[in-house]
Amino acid sequence: MSTGTLDGAILTLVTFIPLAGALLLLFLPRRDRDIRVFALVVTLFAFILSLHLPVHFQRTQTGFQYEVDRPWIPTPNIHYHLGVDGVAMWLVVLTTFLSPLCVLISWKSIHERVKEFFILLLILETALIGVFVALDLFLFYFFWEATLIPMALLIGMYGHGRKVYAAVKFFLYTMIGSVFMLVAILWLYSHTTPHTFDFVAIQNAIRAGQVPNFIGAAQWLFLGFFMAFAVKVPLFPVHTWLPDAHVEAPTAGSVLLAGVLLKMGTYGMFRFNLGLFPEQSRANATWIMVLALIGIIYGALVAMVQPNMKKLIAYSSISHLGFVVLGLFSFTTAGLEGATFIMLAHGVSTGALFMLAGIIYERRHTYEISEFGGLATPLPVYSSFFLFIVLASVGLPLLNGFIGEFLVLSGTFEARPAFGILAATGVIWSACYLLWMYQRVFFGKVTHEVNNTLPDLDFREQIALVPAALAALVMGVAPILWLNSIAPAVQAALAPIADLASKVTGL
Amino acid sequence: MNPLQSADYIRILPEIVLTLFGMAIMIADPLLDERRGPKILGLIGLVGSLGAFLATLYQSRFPGPAFWGMVQVDAFSVFFHLVVTAVSAIVILTSLEYIEVQQIHAGEYYSLVLFGAVGMCLMSSATELVLIFIALEISSISTYILAGFRRRAAISAESSVKYFLLGSFATAFFLYGVALTFGATGSTNISAIAQALAGSNVPLLAYVGIAFMFVGLGFKVAAAPFHIWTPDVYEGAPAPVVGFMSTAPKAAAFAVLLRVMFEINAPGRIWLIWIAAALSMTLGNVGALVQNNVKRLLAYSSIAHAGYLLMAFAAVPANGIPAAMFYTASYAAMNVGAFAVISHVAGAGERYVTLQDYAGLGRRSPLLAALLTVFLLSLIGIPITGGFFAKFYVFSAALQANLVGLVVIGVLNSAVGAYYYLRIIVAMYMREAREEIPIASVPPSLGIALAASLLITIYLGVLPGRVLEFASQAVADLSHSIVAQMP
Repeated sequence: MSTGTLDGAILTLVTFIPLAGALLLLFLPRRDRDIRVFALVVTLFAFILSLHLPVHFQRTQTGFQYEVDRPWIPTPNIHYHLGVDGVAMWLVVLTTFLSPLCVLISWKSIHERVKEFFILLLILETALIGVFVALDLFLFYFFWEATLIPMALLIGMYGHGRKVYAAVKFFLYTMIGSVFMLVAILWLYSHTTPHTFDFVAIQNAIRAGQVPNFIGAAQWLFLGFFMAFAVKVPLFPVHTWLPDAHVEAPTAGSVLLAGVLLKMGTYGMFRFNLGLFPEQSRANATWIMVLALIGIIYGALVAMVQPNMKKLIAYSSISHLGFVVLGLFSFTTAGLEGATFIMLAHGVSTGALFMLAGIIYERRHTYEISEFGGLATPLPVYSSFFLFIVLASVGLPLLNGFIGEFLVLSGTFEARPAFGILAATGVIWSACYLLWMYQRVFFGKVTHEVNNTLPDLDFREQIALVPAALAALVMGVAPILWLNSIAPAVQAALAPIADLASKVTGL
Repeated sequence: MNPLQSADYIRILPEIVLTLFGMAIMIADPLLDERRGPKILGLIGLVGSLGAFLATLYQSRFPGPAFWGMVQVDAFSVFFHLVVTAVSAIVILTSLEYIEVQQIHAGEYYSLVLFGAVGMCLMSSATELVLIFIALEISSISTYILAGFRRRAAISAESSVKYFLLGSFATAFFLYGVALTFGATGSTNISAIAQALAGSNVPLLAYVGIAFMFVGLGFKVAAAPFHIWTPDVYEGAPAPVVGFMSTAPKAAAFAVLLRVMFEINAPGRIWLIWIAAALSMTLGNVGALVQNNVKRLLAYSSIAHAGYLLMAFAAVPANGIPAAMFYTASYAAMNVGAFAVISHVAGAGERYVTLQDYAGLGRRSPLLAALLTVFLLSLIGIPITGGFFAKFYVFSAALQANLVGLVVIGVLNSAVGAYYYLRIIVAMYMREAREEIPIASVPPSLGIALAASLLITIYLGVLPGRVLEFASQAVADLSHSIVAQMP
């Protein structure tokens, strides 16, 4: 390794700097402005550090990089094992990228209990990064659960409307989903010799057939993991927590929820369902893809009729995440690469959409589409940003939404043409609901007098939006920068499944 | 028969220390004036329990049997001695303020805590059923009286009487079980009983005897279907006492249960445990869902936790014993902590104990709310708290014994459980207080109690390795004595 000592410590640093920031914040005096600046500095620092990952990433190499593996607790045998492949690395960068934007967007909208807010936000960031870098199943579960509390508190303390209901619903859905995963993890632990939670070791043991009773239990284990991830994605029919959580959450909460938390589910499917149970993934692919398709179309149709801007974006997430699941379970290179790319692209563009919705909410204290109309005249800058992000989200070529959807669709079509055709309608739907919403909000005459007096974006808001817009553009123009580091990880995930396919078909 | 040696006395040193300090409190009580008396008596009690804690550490260097095999000092007994004495120290620290606010006469209070601790300590080191029974009675009678200490409140008297009547009934069951076991095996010594039952021909009487003992102990640990008393008693008893009796006597009863179940290798225990565990978890959690009184809620939660803990008893000794021991320790830390907060918030006459009274606590007293949140999260079983590893070890022990059904019931229950603990957290942070309820500032003694519980809870959640290792050593001790009795 040429980059020397930083490689070994970089993941630990990136993961725990936000937490360290949160601890320091505890002791800072309650001067709101200082607290905001401090949180911004911490998140920016974490982001800059995390850029080390893609810069020094060995793009041709498969397997995990920047690994750390130390014993943590002797009984049970738990290791502090971190490492990333191409997929996890970009999700880490996505998290650190969105966090400073979240701080900026919450600058004014959070004016009560400011200190607690930023402490929770920073703890959440650590937990999210931890989920993506953990390679020990126990550690993974640890971070997975750790995301719950700060998120639920952010919704419950700083949300609006039925915030408590939304927070509790969010917590319970995820909690119930993840206890099944815990049983599956414990089963794997107790059936490996020597007992281990290590992802790589368990994967090798399963592939080598060294896990007793695995054949009989595999389907249940697969479902145990899948339950937890499906709730998080969220896959139809366990999606009902999402609209509530999104609508009531504060803007920064929504951004992280849509931008990163949902990806925990799809990342989990990629890493654990496909990684540990390739055979069961293949066997269960049909119904999972059907659920994903229902999610794509149902999410889009429900989004279309929403009178509430934020709820519309929330349902659009269900639709977009359906594409990711569809791509993952198509077991084609294009499908998996596309799925990963959508995870990143959706994080950026939907994050930005929620930021935009939050900005207008700060001015009008409503998300009702009917309250707006003709905003393009009083708010030219705002409406341009909004248009740009809407187009990115719709999947206009040269912006980031296009590449992922195209890859997923071509992968799905290759694997199951009928599913591909149905999924393609989802692209049309998304154009319908987003553009129609845009038309109703920004075009025509100003119907409510108060909208004429709204101030346009200020400097801080522009600073928060420009990086997201830039990222959407760069990802659309030069997707290869991302795809070339994702490809080896995808190939590694597909290899056992391809073996299986050739065995089944006898080729 | 060997004459008594000084080592015999060292092996009951913590009990001696506790008894002496308990008596010292009774003697000092009438000599002190009304005003400063309670504080001084409390401090004597505190020194007593800390002294017993240190005595246990000293004693741990002299493992072995004492008093002709009636008492046994090993890692197992040392572990439970430490838990019991630490809990009594924290409870006394909590009580210092509580006693003053509630205007309770202090004298007997502290000595009863110490005498109760004597019984509990002895329960974990006794290896002879009659001595265990005596120890159980010492601990029970102290807690019966403690439960009724809010003399002016009718509910407290009800609590005490109910606990006393049902408790005596349960101890009678235990005693009957002891008698039947004696009839079946010809001995009351645990290792002799184990030896007698080791053969393939187990008399029916022994099954009945063990089952009766389980009834008696099941009552003490509040396991279903012997749990009915719990909510009423917890609701009426003084809050610090609830913190005490939901942890220390429970730990001691579990210690006895561990000896009876594992060292005797009780025949037919799996089904007994399976049903009791599944019932306790389910009834406890479902009951807690609809509670509005925080003390009642935690009473049901303690039934549920007894259920989780019982799961460990269905596992093989090598996994089950350390898991159960770890659970008692971490449950003790978090529950004592939670009740310390509750007894402070409750105020004079325990007026503020409903969920509505906790509304807005996050604003009125951020520190107390944050502490209670940590304890509740630990009770839910969220990572970096002791409660997480406690559940984790228990579940994995049960899973290694292939009790998948029980584990699934367990995890589903812990998800249900999350809901009602969350209700308290939600009330504290997300609801506005309807009326301003006064929160007194936290006195140093309570601060120390809370800090200690918090540190132990977090320590067990971050570095559980050492405690578990120590507990595993206790397994070696228990199985060592199992091996030693083999002819």
